[in-house]
Formats: sequence, structure tokens, C-alpha cells
Amino acid sequence: MRYLPHTTEDIEDMLQAVGARELDDLFAAIPPACRRQTPLLLPPPLTEWELTSHLEELAAQGGGDWRVFLGAGSQEHHIPALVPYLAGRSEFLTSYTPYQPEMSQGTLQAVFEFQTLISRLVGLEVTNASMYDGATALAEAALMAMRIVRRVTLVVSSLIHPHWREVLATYLAPRRDVNLVVLPAAADGRTDLSSLDSMPASCAPAAMLIQSPNIFGVFENLPASAKAIHTAGGLLISSFTEPFALGLSKTPGSLGADIVCGEAQSLGLPQGFGGPTLGLMSCAREYMRQIPGRLVGRTTDLEGNQAFVLTLSTREQHIRRSKAVSNICSNAGHCALTAGIFMAAIGGDGFRKMARVNLDRAEYLKAGLIRAGFAPLFSAPTFNEFVLKAPAGFAAVHRRLCRKRILAGFPLASWYPDLPELKDAWLFGVTETRTKADIDALLREVT
Amino acid sequence: MNESSFVPAGTRGLVLREGLLWEKGKPGRSAMSIPESGVPSASLPDDLAGPGPDWPNLSEQEVARHYTRLSTWNFGLDTGMYPLGSCTMKYNPKINEILAALPGFARAHPLLPDEAVQGELRLMHALEEYLAEITGLAAASLQPGAGAHGELCGMLMIAAYHRNAGSGRTKILIPDTSHGTNPASAAMCGFEEVKIPLGPGGYMEAATVRSLLTDEVAGLMVTNPNTLGLFESDLADVISLVHDRGGLVYADGANLNAIMGYADLGRIGVDVVHINTHKTLSTPHGGGGPGAGPVVVSRTLAPYLPGPRVVKNENGYGWNHDLPLSIGRIHGFYGQFRVLVRAYAYILSLGPELKKASALAVLNANYIKESLKDLYELPFDRPCMHECVFTDGRQKAVGVNTLDIAKRLIDLGFHPPTIYFPLVVNGAIMIEPTESESREELDAFIAAMRQVAREAEENPDLLLQAPTATKVRRLDEVSAARHPLLTGDMLY
Repeated sequence: MRYLPHTTEDIEDMLQAVGARELDDLFAAIPPACRRQTPLLLPPPLTEWELTSHLEELAAQGGGDWRVFLGAGSQEHHIPALVPYLAGRSEFLTSYTPYQPEMSQGTLQAVFEFQTLISRLVGLEVTNASMYDGATALAEAALMAMRIVRRVTLVVSSLIHPHWREVLATYLAPRRDVNLVVLPAAADGRTDLSSLDSMPASCAPAAMLIQSPNIFGVFENLPASAKAIHTAGGLLISSFTEPFALGLSKTPGSLGADIVCGEAQSLGLPQGFGGPTLGLMSCAREYMRQIPGRLVGRTTDLEGNQAFVLTLSTREQHIRRSKAVSNICSNAGHCALTAGIFMAAIGGDGFRKMARVNLDRAEYLKAGLIRAGFAPLFSAPTFNEFVLKAPAGFAAVHRRLCRKRILAGFPLASWYPDLPELKDAWLFGVTETRTKADIDALLREVT
Repeated sequence: MNESSFVPAGTRGLVLREGLLWEKGKPGRSAMSIPESGVPSASLPDDLAGPGPDWPNLSEQEVARHYTRLSTWNFGLDTGMYPLGSCTMKYNPKINEILAALPGFARAHPLLPDEAVQGELRLMHALEEYLAEITGLAAASLQPGAGAHGELCGMLMIAAYHRNAGSGRTKILIPDTSHGTNPASAAMCGFEEVKIPLGPGGYMEAATVRSLLTDEVAGLMVTNPNTLGLFESDLADVISLVHDRGGLVYADGANLNAIMGYADLGRIGVDVVHINTHKTLSTPHGGGGPGAGPVVVSRTLAPYLPGPRVVKNENGYGWNHDLPLSIGRIHGFYGQFRVLVRAYAYILSLGPELKKASALAVLNANYIKESLKDLYELPFDRPCMHECVFTDGRQKAVGVNTLDIAKRLIDLGFHPPTIYFPLVVNGAIMIEPTESESREELDAFIAAMRQVAREAEENPDLLLQAPTATKVRRLDEVSAARHPLLTGDMLY
């Protein structure tokens, strides 16, 4: 087997050196009651070529060649060849967590740079080295806010990605003390904040959780959200599924968010059927000792050279065990490195321009669909995703397009069955990967 | 290897300086082509519009040089031996990187209809079955994002099981040799940790567990082999005791690489185990993830697995959302799919020879243990499994400690072992070679460790000053924590 270097002679010599007769003798410490009684029932080993054929066959039955007009937490963006090429250097890819900083400066400086560029993107001073994905980042942000404010009520926008709210519910299930207050949608497609004013003082919230742009693609009113939750003594947790929106919009930090979390798969990572992606977590400086996950800090070595190291680890499980702020250990470090390379490649100017292309093309599709008989549902501004009410018969068109491997939007009623206004409402998304020709072709199909 | 002939791999080399990203580039450059939008221009209203992030603008070559130089300051598994105990740094097959990048997988949107993603679903379904076979358990979920996330998932399932049974159990038994993630995961589920002290033989004793068991105990979290590299001798009895009192058993699969094909977690009575794919199943760790932490469960816990679950149906494969007892979603979509592709490819490359991988991992660890125990203190001198734990007990007398030994190994061209863990062993040096290392490489590591022991006696300054051959010397970690500078824009 190509991954096992031992020759028969090596094994014999080494067995002799350790005082064993055969390999199975090394397992004498396993009591009979714990032993496996049957051989591993797995397919026989494949050669590299057989393996490749098999995986190529599976990939050919995969969804990679669809033309998709949908984001909803997973965005198709161009990835320069440079990005996976550099990220794939095995000095980065085959290293472990940088516990030995003297021989891990590459990873450490790259993550320090990532933390800096993400902090600039979201407008908050502190960013950690990553979370598993956006959904788990949101759940951890909620736990973090409850620790900081020492309250157990969370105000949650119903327009956060439904999967993310499900993950939040999973994390909170054992917490019988937590109250969730769900904010409904307002008529303009933003979260309805009015119920916050009428909340009894007794349910003092730890935080409001909101997503902008939200699941309808609509920019939320973050200043009003911040004012409402800050008045009630809680923190604003602002999340996002599409960082490119920040290429054109004000930062959540500058609009009053105390904690920002998000999904950054858009920054140079393939969609990959949903994973691995990149969870972001940033916060105001005063909360840095409560943020979960790894943090890289700048320091010096004993000769005074600039150097980087994992720091503030007294927050973490390997030091504090049951008193740690989170159990997270391995995160999405290599995805953070990849996103750092992507941000360096696209640059600030390129990011703004690419965001503009996203907005322009999305507005172009939106206008075309409206001409084709779709109706706008919400008046608030959107970025590269939007919701329209489809004309009669669109479901059949959608099915017909699926046979051509085109995904023309997502029916929101399947996520919001209790909202009659979302019957026949479809969520669409367009990025720079959908050309004018792609969009025109779709419009011809639906007209 | 003749010790006097040992020539360390660590040597000098040209190390290039490289500044921070934002010290490079200038406005007007870009390393990425930006398409023209080709459609009418749109804009955001003034109250929303912002300037966009202040990121540097670099050319493609500037980006390539920056990250290539950074990479040369890193030591990876492909650079040299990485015997980091409990981390199972085995070889990461290159073909698996290519397979995980196949466009059919890499470009798949997770919300495509089931019929569009039969390849992905078929792979996930088969991988779940393989993981059940390897562990001897009944069913699996691939959703958790890394090992600790798998632990959290397991504990959420145990908590849900007891909630469903109407019992308010609040305590979890955890041996004091455990990884820090165990008590941290339990705490996130509202459980209180009850520590099981280590027995004199290096394992937890059934009698100790019996004395700690009450009706408040929801379960046991156990790492087996434990972090001393020793098989938990009393485990079957311990698990019977826990089950008899109504508790469930979570096994930390961090050390699964020691026992594939040898131990049967189903027979042992484990209710849930997580698997670190970046350990046992060879997926690259990437300097901090992404891992993947699938959980495999007994029939008792199968109804509680996260959802949705991939199922085989009349149309091929699909998602089942109708899971009344499920703990729900624990990942935004279905888990770290492209990491799981690598794990699947690894299993198919070895097949039943996974058992041999475990055997050789254990052989390598015992070989190192036998070759170093005359020079380094071995707190538990028993045949070990996949890793062995020494201490600095003998070196301390000459003023040299575990950290110094580790740092000197760097100069000699090796990544150090895990140090100061497990916490129950003072000055621990935890060595896990994995099956990937050849006998010659083990001999070179042994020679290096022996040289360090000799230097500790003869010239301890070599250890105290180490490392000297690296990009930077030892760091001021105290200032880093006291005055955190976490971004290039943070000032003190």
C-alpha cells in the first residue's frame, strides 16, 4: 500500500525491537470483550487510477455544471487560479495548528493579515481566526452575547437564513433558561422592529440577531436595530451570507453592530455542496476576551524581530476546559488563509468593482423578470439577491428549466409555510458569474 | 542507525524577509480580472452606500511572492516528521486534493434538487456506512464541522435523549486525562463535569467510576486509547456500570487511529463516537482546519442524529427531513463535504488494510518508546498504542525542561511532539509518529531525541537558546497576551 512505508523486513526487525512476535501481539492490551470479531467489511483497496475513475463517475453525477440563479447562503463567484494554487502549498496545507510559532510564522502572519482585512471589511476592531461556518458563528455569537450581558433573552429576526436559525436552536436546546423572541417581517421586506418597543422590561434582551442583506436579499435598517437593542441594554449581532454586499455598503460596525458574524465562502472558496466554508466572527475591542476561537497576535521574538503567535488562549478549552468560552479547537483555518489570498488578489478597488457588477446584473435580472410578469414584493433596497412574486405557471417553467440544468430561483414558501404573502414568492440570486447572455437566456425562457 | 552517524535534517537556508500585505501594492493594481457588468449601472441609496474595505491593491506576482515567502516560514507534514501526540499527523494523499476539487463536487450548490446531486449524496451515504463499519456502530451523520463540533453534537444528542426520557440528569463523568474539548463540550450542553482521577496503571478504574456514579449522571465521555496512549483496560466494565445507572457513553474518536479493525466500539457499548477526519482519515489539517467531525452512534441514539439525513429511496438518494427526535441542524448545510470526499477516497484506497495502518501506527509508537526509555522518563511503562508519553523528569535536574527539548528538536529538523499534555503528567512529551513514518525516519527522530538528551547534560545552552535556525527565535508570548495586537490597525 503506497501510504504504508514498512517492508516485511522493517516490520520483523521492529517487532523484535519491541519484544513482540507479530503485529497482533501489540494489541494484547485490548480485553477480549472489546475486540472486533470480524474483519473490516470494506471494499478492497483501489489503485490511484481506479479511485480516480470512481470519483470522476460520482462527480459526473454531481451538481457542478448547473447554471444557478440562487445564493441563499452559498454564492458562486469567480476564483482566480492564483488563490487555490498558493493555498495548496503543502507548507500551509499539511501543517497543524501553529502551536510552535517559531516554525509556523507563515500560517500565523497570513491569519493575522486575514484578521486585519476582515476587521476592515466589517468595521470592528477584533476578528478571530475563523469559525466552522456562518451558521455556527451566529450560534456562538449568541452564546457570547449572553455571557457578556449576563442575560438570557435573545431577539432573533425571522429573516435570518432559516438554516442558521435552526443551528442556533440546536445549540440552545439544552439551555432551558433561554427565551427567544422572534421578530416578524415588515411589509418592506425588512425585520419588523416595532415589537421591541412593547417588550416588557422583564425580558431584558442580551442581544438582537439580524442578517443584512437578509434572506430576502434586503438590506436591514441596522442603525434603527442598534438603537432599539442598545436602548434595551443588549448587543447587536449583525450577520451576513454575502460579504460582497460590503463592497458597496456601510460597515455593520459603523452602523452600531457590537458583534458581526458571517459566511465568507464568497471570498475565494468553492461552494462545494455547502462545505467546507468560512465562518467569520468579529467584535468590538471591549469584548475580545469573550470571543471564541483562535486569535493571532503580534509580538516580538527575543531578538526584537516582529513575530506572530496564538494569544489570549486563557479563553480556550485547552487551558480553561469546562470554563472556556467555547469548545472550538480546529476551525476553518485553511479557508481563512484562502480568503486572505483572495482578498489580497482582488484588492480593495477590485472588490468594489466586482460588488458593483453583482448589483448591476441582479438589478438587470430583477427588471427583466418584472417586465415578464413577476411582481415586486418588497420595497427596501437589495444587493445581489431579491424576492419576486411569480406569475401563474412559473413552477412548471422552473421544473422545465431544471431539466436543462438551470436553477431559476428557490420557492420561499418551503421555508416560510406560515406566511401567506410568500405563496408564489421566489428568491433569486445573481453574481458576476452570470453574464448578460445567461440572464437574457433565462428571461427568454420565462417570458 | 548508528548514533554517531546522525546528521540532522535541520540546517541553514536562505530565509527571505516579507512585510505585511498592506505594506505592498499601490492603487491601480489588481491581481484579478474584473468583468465589465455589460448592463445598466445601478446604485445603492446614500444612507446605505459605503466606501468598501480599505484593502491593499497588489499585482498577481506580488500576491504570489507574498504567500510563497510566507509558506517557506512554515513547517508542514510534507516538510518533515510531525509527531504531534493526539493529532495523528499522517500523510495527506495528494490525489485526494485533486478529487475533492473535481468541478462536479466543487461547484455544486447545496440547494440543488436531489436529482442533480446524486453523486454527492451517494458518496455521503456510502461514507456513513463505511464509518459505521469501521467503528462497529449503527448509523452516522457527517454534519459536524470538526472534532470538537462532533463532541458537541454527541453531547447534544445525549442531552436530548435524557430530555426525551423526562430525566433531568446534570452531570458527566470525564477522566482527568481527557482533551480540554471534552469538558468544554459538556459545559456547552449545561452539564457539570465530574472528574475521574487516573488510576495507578494509567487508566480509569471501574471501582472509581462506581463510586462516582449517581442517578444524576447523564453519561461518560471517554477517549480510548486514552491520552497516555493506553487502552482503557476497564472500559467494558465501566460502560456496563454507566449503562446500568441509565447513563450513555460518548467516545472521543481522536485516537481511533490506534484501533481500526482491532476494537469494536459497538461491542464495547459506546453510544456515540466522533471521528476526526484530519487525524484518522488523512485529510489535511490546513494549519487549523477545516476538519470534519462525523458522529457514529448506537441504535439507541440513531433517532437523535442531526438532520436532514441522507437516505436511499426509490429515486436513488435524497434527504429525509422527517426526524421527530433529531437534535436538528448543526451545520449551515450538510457538513464539510469536500473534506469528506478526501476521507472517502482515503478509506477506498486502503479498504480492509485500514487495520494494517493501525497496526503499523502502534508498532511505530512502541518502537520509539523502546528506543528512548533509557534516556527519558516513561511514567507508565506498558506497551502503548499509537502514542507514548515521556517526561522531562531526568532532564529537569540539569535545568532543562520539556519546552527546551521541544525547541531544540526544531533546530534538528523535526516538529516537536505535543508538550505539557496530558495535564496529569508533569512535563509531558507526547509522541505520535503515525504509520506514515518509515523506519529510517523513526531512527533519525530517535537519534535526534538521543542527541538532545546528551546535549542537555553536556551543553544545556544549546537547548535553552533553541531554536536558532528558524525565521524567528522564541517569542514574547506574555506581552502578546498582556497587550493584544490582533490586527495591523490595533494600537496600544
